[in-house]
Amino acid sequence: MTNTVNAADTGGATGAGAPAGGADLRLESITKRFGDYLAVDDLDLRVPAGRFFALLGPSGCGKTTTLRMIAGLEHPTRGRILIGDEDVTATRAHQRNVNTVFQNYALFPHLSILENVAFGLRRRRVADAEARAREALALVELDHLSARRPAQLSGGQQQRVALARAVVNRPHVLLLDEPLGALDMKLRRQMQTELKTIQHEVGLTFIHVTHDQEEAMTMADTVAVMNAGRIEQIGPPEELYDLPRTAFVANFLGKSNLFTAQVSGSTGDWLELGFGPHLTRLPAARAVQSNGQVIAGIRPEKIVAVRPGEPGPGEHGWTKVSGGRVLSTSYTGVSTEYTVDVPGAGEFEVFSQNLRSEVFAEGAEVDLWWDERNVFGLPGDSDTEAGVEEV
Amino acid sequence: MSARATDDADDAASAADAAGPAGSAGAVGTTTAGPAGKPGGNAQERSPEELREHRRRGRVGMMLVVPGLLFAVAFFAVPVFSLLAMSLYTRPEGAAIGVYEPGLEFGTYAEVLSLYWEAFLRSFGFALIATIAALLIGYPMAYLVAVRLRGKPLLQGLLLVLIIAPFFSSFILRTQSWRLILSDEGVVVGFLKAVAILPEDGRLTATAFAVVCGLTYNFLPFMTLPIYANLERMDLRLIEAGGDLYASPFETFRKVTLPLSMPGVLAGTLLTFIPASGDYVNAVLLGNNQNTTMIGQVIDSRFFRAVDYPQASALSFVLMFAILILVTLYVRRFGTKELV
Amino acid sequence: MRKFDLSRWFIPVFGGLAFVYLLVPIAYIFVFSFNDAGRTNLSWRGFTLSNWQNPCGAPQVCEAFVNSLQVGVIATVVATVLGTLLAFGLERYRFRFSGTANILVFLPLATPEVVLGASLLSQFLNLGVELGMTTTIISHIMFCMSFVVVTIRARIASLDPKLEEAAADLYASGPMTFWKVTFPLLVPGIVAAALLSFAMSFDDFIVANFNSGPFTTFPQFIYVAATRGIPAEANVIGSGMFLAAIALVLGAQLWRYWRGKRVSAVG
Repeated sequence: MTNTVNAADTGGATGAGAPAGGADLRLESITKRFGDYLAVDDLDLRVPAGRFFALLGPSGCGKTTTLRMIAGLEHPTRGRILIGDEDVTATRAHQRNVNTVFQNYALFPHLSILENVAFGLRRRRVADAEARAREALALVELDHLSARRPAQLSGGQQQRVALARAVVNRPHVLLLDEPLGALDMKLRRQMQTELKTIQHEVGLTFIHVTHDQEEAMTMADTVAVMNAGRIEQIGPPEELYDLPRTAFVANFLGKSNLFTAQVSGSTGDWLELGFGPHLTRLPAARAVQSNGQVIAGIRPEKIVAVRPGEPGPGEHGWTKVSGGRVLSTSYTGVSTEYTVDVPGAGEFEVFSQNLRSEVFAEGAEVDLWWDERNVFGLPGDSDTEAGVEEV
Repeated sequence: MSARATDDADDAASAADAAGPAGSAGAVGTTTAGPAGKPGGNAQERSPEELREHRRRGRVGMMLVVPGLLFAVAFFAVPVFSLLAMSLYTRPEGAAIGVYEPGLEFGTYAEVLSLYWEAFLRSFGFALIATIAALLIGYPMAYLVAVRLRGKPLLQGLLLVLIIAPFFSSFILRTQSWRLILSDEGVVVGFLKAVAILPEDGRLTATAFAVVCGLTYNFLPFMTLPIYANLERMDLRLIEAGGDLYASPFETFRKVTLPLSMPGVLAGTLLTFIPASGDYVNAVLLGNNQNTTMIGQVIDSRFFRAVDYPQASALSFVLMFAILILVTLYVRRFGTKELV
Repeated sequence: MRKFDLSRWFIPVFGGLAFVYLLVPIAYIFVFSFNDAGRTNLSWRGFTLSNWQNPCGAPQVCEAFVNSLQVGVIATVVATVLGTLLAFGLERYRFRFSGTANILVFLPLATPEVVLGASLLSQFLNLGVELGMTTTIISHIMFCMSFVVVTIRARIASLDPKLEEAAADLYASGPMTFWKVTFPLLVPGIVAAALLSFAMSFDDFIVANFNSGPFTTFPQFIYVAATRGIPAEANVIGSGMFLAAIALVLGAQLWRYWRGKRVSAVG
């Protein structure tokens, strides 16, 4: 897998017209070591101006270190950082036109909300600092609280102040470090929408670091999945979900059924696969590797379970795997989630939308069906457990 | 400005901690590689920016500590050695009083120990009793202000000032007041005689009791303030949770509050015991000449009355050494890292 | 239920009594400052205001008092500056000898005053330094500095380093970050440390007694006077300082409280 990825080439983002203050961000072969701990490993990345870009990954994957290097709070051990055409590698945090929304906001407790927002402007001796700060507060709908202290505000309000404090400086790049992590679920949803709206309004380049895949997928127009200091895959959220190129991405973004299979032949654009006594196919374009042993994957919601012998949802292009037995059933209202044991092929997760009333009991016999266009193929040596969330 | 590479539990803050700023001493420790850790590689590799940042931090750190450290070396470390040296001085034959010359007379130590071991033991005994008494009095005070009055900042403030303010009224004056309070004609003696705790011819002035009482009183703020500082930070929900778990409030205190406040108790007991064991003002003003002599008194009189510098220095050094050993043992037994 | 009630009352009652215990001697000092005492202020001889009207009435009282104030102020300023810098360096930076430096700062706290005093005296004697105000101030800076370091270090440790990063992120250079963010947040701690430092200096007898030579501080004056009788004017000064300290701190607190109320009322 190459680690050189380019958000521009992967398309997908329509953007918000010509970005006003944003600039391209380029990371060239960035490596960061802490002693003999390798936090970021030879990372290349280009984020075009005006993009809402998410760096998604589990704890310790190097995403926060990457963010801190962009902000100038940490310096890379190797590599270059460019904003627009300017090489900023050697500059320090206060010299970069980059601002951060910190995880726990880091509002200055001794300053009023207004002074918090005006802080950056005053440091740069902007003439109408106060008026601009008021404007920024109006943008986040907090202008009526400008005289208060941060401690007198709720978590959601503090979050918005932190955003205003960063946005008001019109930075080339705005960094968000798990900005919604401290909020409760309802507020988080609301802020997700608001952040997105504000990004559209100000047209800045947003780089959003998060471990929450749902947050990354709903907000960003381009997502980079990071693992162990490297970028696993980059692209628009739909594409990452539909066609993961590594086992880590397949498991970390949603759930995947990954099973070992042998390529037994190919017909036209299709690869034929055998797994245990069963057969399936996948489009050759959806396979990272096209011969020998591969890891095949199918998303749980793409599998349909029916009673043995009953007709499946389609004829052509559908795979039928018979002889499954339901190991567990969990009813969630919208859907029912099954674990099905298929002799010779292992266990499959099946998410079945509750369209019909039938719910299979534990121990029931079922046939599994899937549309072969939804199968994806990963390298045969992939770790099928990579990126599985530990509970 | 900040020293730590602070990440959101992300990116192995511990690894950054150990290896980032601490790197000045070369590669520090071995860091355990987390999920992203790929050990090996060139650990010493640094970019010019990293080196510059590292040197800048080193420079700033040095600039900050050097003035204070120079002062501490010149007026604490060197004097301690000077004291050690002086304790080994010898007195030349036929020299005038107070004239000594550098030497290596270890005999002075044996001499002072055999002469004054009683005063040493008494000092530590008095200091120990005073420390326990101050703990019993100071803990409820600290608890009252820090826990019971939480949410009432003005009252808290007032009581806190009252704990510190006695310092401004002068140590000697307060001790002198105790002399009056405990005097034969005073209320305390009168009361104790009336309820027959004290015999008719009994007295409190010039007794060991008076000395310990004075020590307890004078060092009480040193006990109360650290405990207060500790309790003030304590999360009250822990005590409430303890109340759910344990039957009685006493049990809750013993199992939850006390263990959590141990760092404060530790600091308080040390800050009380150490000065109390070296104090002599209380012994002079509230004690007598026979059975209340403390070691500080002896050191003072060896220095200024007898002008016997080697003996006075040897006594001081033994006192310092004994306290360091006691403190080390105590901290080992009950200690936390928070103290230093 | 009964037990619970007992514990409810135990702390306020016992804690309250402890405060009374703490204040009884102060009350004595205060009451006897109004004593029409004459030479010895040991028993009550009648009420008078003359001591308060003329606190410098007794020979040398005010001279000693002014000496103590001078020593206290200078020692506090120097100890607070050196101690704050030290606290920063030790808490926020790591360098080759930080272990040794920590021990060097901690040890004076674990050394009784009599040893601090004696060791400094031995050095001054060895070097042939003449004892006086300067040596007294040096000795006070020495033991105040460690207290300042301990007090301020705790504050720095509880300061979120992200705040300073946020300042740097918002275009504040190193010195700017310090003056606009770090220092304002540490001011309460620094003030507390300075107050403690002054209190310790003003109250010190033992260290000064070893290193002051002919120079006399207020506690030394009282100590010497104690054998013949402390003049009531000393009580006036002691009570006055006690009240001034309370007024100062309470005033500051009230001001903060009031300002806090005003801010929330406006917002």
